Amino acid sequence: MFETIFVSGLAMGAIYALVGISYNTMFSTSRVMSFTAGQVGMLGGVFGSLYMIAWGLPIWVGLPMVLLSCALIGVVTEYVAVRPVLKSLDQHLYVLSTLALALMIQQVTAIKWGTEPKAFPRLFNLGSDIWDEKFWIPVIACGLTIVALEYVYRYTLVGRAFVAIAEDNMAAQALGLPERNLRIVSYALAGAIGGLAGFSGGELILAFFANGAVLNFYGFVPVALGGLGNNKGAVLGGLALGLFQQAANFLVGGIFASVAVFTLFIVVLLFAPQGLFSSTSMRRV
Amino acid sequence: MQNEASEGKAKASVLKDYLGQFARTGNLGFIAILAVCTVLPFVSNDYWALIATRAAIYWVLVSGLNLVVGYAGQLAIGYVALLTLGAYTTSVLVAGNVLPALPSFLALLIAGGVGSLFGVIVGLPALRLRTFYFAMSTLGFATIVTQIALAWQNVTGGGIGIVGPEFPAPFNTPWGFYTLCILFAIFSTWITHNIAHSQHGRALVAIRDAEVAAEACGIYKPYALVKVFVVAGMLAGVSGGLFATLQTYITPDAFTFELSVLFFISILIGGRGSILGPMLGTIILTLLPEVAAPLAAWSNFLYAVLLLIIVLVVPGGIGALIDFKNKRPLESDREIVPNINIFNNLGLNLPSKGSLVLRNIDLRFGALYAINGLSLEVHSGQIHGLIGPNGSGKTTTLNAISGYYEPNKGEMQFWGVELPPGLSHLRSGCGIARTFQTPKIVGEASVIDNVMIGAVKFNEASFIEVALSLPRHKADEVRLHAAALDMLSAVGLRELAYVRADRLQHSELRFVEIARALISKPKLLMLDEPAAGLSVTEIGRLGEMIQAISKAGVAVLLVEHHADLIFDICDYVTVLNFGKALASGSPDTVRSNKEVVSAYLGS
Repeated sequence: MFETIFVSGLAMGAIYALVGISYNTMFSTSRVMSFTAGQVGMLGGVFGSLYMIAWGLPIWVGLPMVLLSCALIGVVTEYVAVRPVLKSLDQHLYVLSTLALALMIQQVTAIKWGTEPKAFPRLFNLGSDIWDEKFWIPVIACGLTIVALEYVYRYTLVGRAFVAIAEDNMAAQALGLPERNLRIVSYALAGAIGGLAGFSGGELILAFFANGAVLNFYGFVPVALGGLGNNKGAVLGGLALGLFQQAANFLVGGIFASVAVFTLFIVVLLFAPQGLFSSTSMRRV
Repeated sequence: MQNEASEGKAKASVLKDYLGQFARTGNLGFIAILAVCTVLPFVSNDYWALIATRAAIYWVLVSGLNLVVGYAGQLAIGYVALLTLGAYTTSVLVAGNVLPALPSFLALLIAGGVGSLFGVIVGLPALRLRTFYFAMSTLGFATIVTQIALAWQNVTGGGIGIVGPEFPAPFNTPWGFYTLCILFAIFSTWITHNIAHSQHGRALVAIRDAEVAAEACGIYKPYALVKVFVVAGMLAGVSGGLFATLQTYITPDAFTFELSVLFFISILIGGRGSILGPMLGTIILTLLPEVAAPLAAWSNFLYAVLLLIIVLVVPGGIGALIDFKNKRPLESDREIVPNINIFNNLGLNLPSKGSLVLRNIDLRFGALYAINGLSLEVHSGQIHGLIGPNGSGKTTTLNAISGYYEPNKGEMQFWGVELPPGLSHLRSGCGIARTFQTPKIVGEASVIDNVMIGAVKFNEASFIEVALSLPRHKADEVRLHAAALDMLSAVGLRELAYVRADRLQHSELRFVEIARALISKPKLLMLDEPAAGLSVTEIGRLGEMIQAISKAGVAVLLVEHHADLIFDICDYVTVLNFGKALASGSPDTVRSNKEVVSAYLGS
């Protein structure tokens, strides 16, 4: 019993953390929180099911195609919903433009894919009970993503350029960094990470159009808890959220688990508005 | 005798302005819509009764949401959750699943209360955090409420649903229920209109577009927002109860997130800061699916497309497109001529003389001393000039006095009373007013509305009196309107009173800010580089005006780079360098101080 709560909590937490990282990746280059993050996560599952069950492709073709498709959605997000409103960032129009795009994605999926949850393929057919692959694939995917991102940010030129832009956009532009291209790349990357969230968690949350809205919120909670743009915080926050949610699920039942998460979200934000792992504050006057 | 006649004339002109404003706020449109609503039952059938009732119910919610989104600028995207909550509260109470069955109207009232409560809970993050968090918390709430409605089967009936409440005769026929909903719609229009066109409405807009200036005017954001969250939540809850009756049977499926989007787009289409616009938007969007029936499956998709198009193409909404009055060109070579003679009659001269005293103020950012052991005094009737090179701590000093920054050390006394560090929204009440280095003005509001924001503290009517437009509220409005016109006459902008503020020139905005500061009848007026960007003649007039303000008895603290202006009008000058007072004294002593010369000329 305890073990089940623990592993399912970790697995769900890893999915939320990946969506959180996707939020952060977009935020770092554009200062925009995009509502498409959760929808792309949902698409990871839907595309996975489509390519591998409906089209019968093997995983080594299916996975790259899923990542590519989701990266493409990321790029579309940048062109359609982010770039046009970047000039007036202070008006927060991006909230509405990315929400509109997210709803469009959700509606098209609902109509073309259907409103019932559909099966996701068993990827490797390994393990059973608490060692079942469905619990561990998201955790491994999350770990690999973190390691890969750390490597990119620290040791590659493109990664350092990302860090520079995230730190100070103006100064990075003044240095001659191709800010616009890097932003597109970051949106593609965020799309792929979101897709990986849905794909790796597909065996748990299935290929279901309504996952988008859920992942949007539960993926944002770790970002809010960990502080905007802080990947380490997002992972810790995501895992904590997953464990908390699953424990509440078993202890007090599904209804109150959602209530508990929502209450936690509001309470933490009220007492630690900048998140638990971040200490930056902004100058106002 | 002559005096009385001119006074009567002045009163008449105030009344005329007030009536003019009434017409300008688009009341003719409301009357037209009401006329259509009255005629409708006599010319159409039950099918249209249903659609018109739905529009009215949506409007009850949208009217409240409009205060949150259109006026306060908070992106509440999940208001469908409050509709759901209201619908289930009413249905469950009337059905008697939990408590003994209640009468419909009582249940509806309780739904309004529940809506208010959750409106505030969901709004809590908006009080402290950036916009996106609030958007997210309303979205999360919407997700969760649906999940609960599905899972809590013994109360909500889960996926099977529950019967909606029925209202007693005569409201149990289609047209009877229509009448009830129209009555609710009229009521919600009326109270939101009253709130929007009051100091509360102006305060909301100020929070949206000029938050920092709003604080200096005595507006406390959490307090102002909670009040509208209560109103908007209540209306959403009531709207939910009516919605459940309209549906006759509710399941969680009835409350899709797209309904939220519909509410939101209605407001965006209408344009922010308008009530008629969102009302038209609601009507149009309710009619749209009926007209475009073949596209039913894609209607939610089309709403999303519409949202995207509006945001990208016409962020101002219909309101901005048809605002012809503000498209008329203004006179191009305008001059600001302050009316120096009337400053004595503005009621600025206070009986109590006093002073602001700073002692040994330290203010650090990390290890950097922005202010280092600064002491200064400003007395009523005196102009105190604060000069110094860039980065010497002039504006930081003003910000510490205004309460935006908390000094690490030292004391601030104002008229003999300790000024609490921080708490910028309490400064206006103490009698401190200020302007800003870059004017912080609500561009979308008229000039006079901007000036009236400065007088929030003189409001006598409570929020309830405002919402119900009781006599004290009307008296407030007439009085403050007249006071704002006086201030505008004094600074020389009377002609531009009803122009949108973002159409003014930079120099004019500086004078608007001064009028906004003066209307609060301050003991201390702080001016942050008021001459920046002004022509030489304008600077001359500004100098005369500041002198007139000071002669009326106000203490003036003037931060400025124009040395001529400082040395011409100041009674006392303090020179700052690296956060320290380098020299202070009469203009002549300071001007001949060697250190000052070297700090300025670098020799």
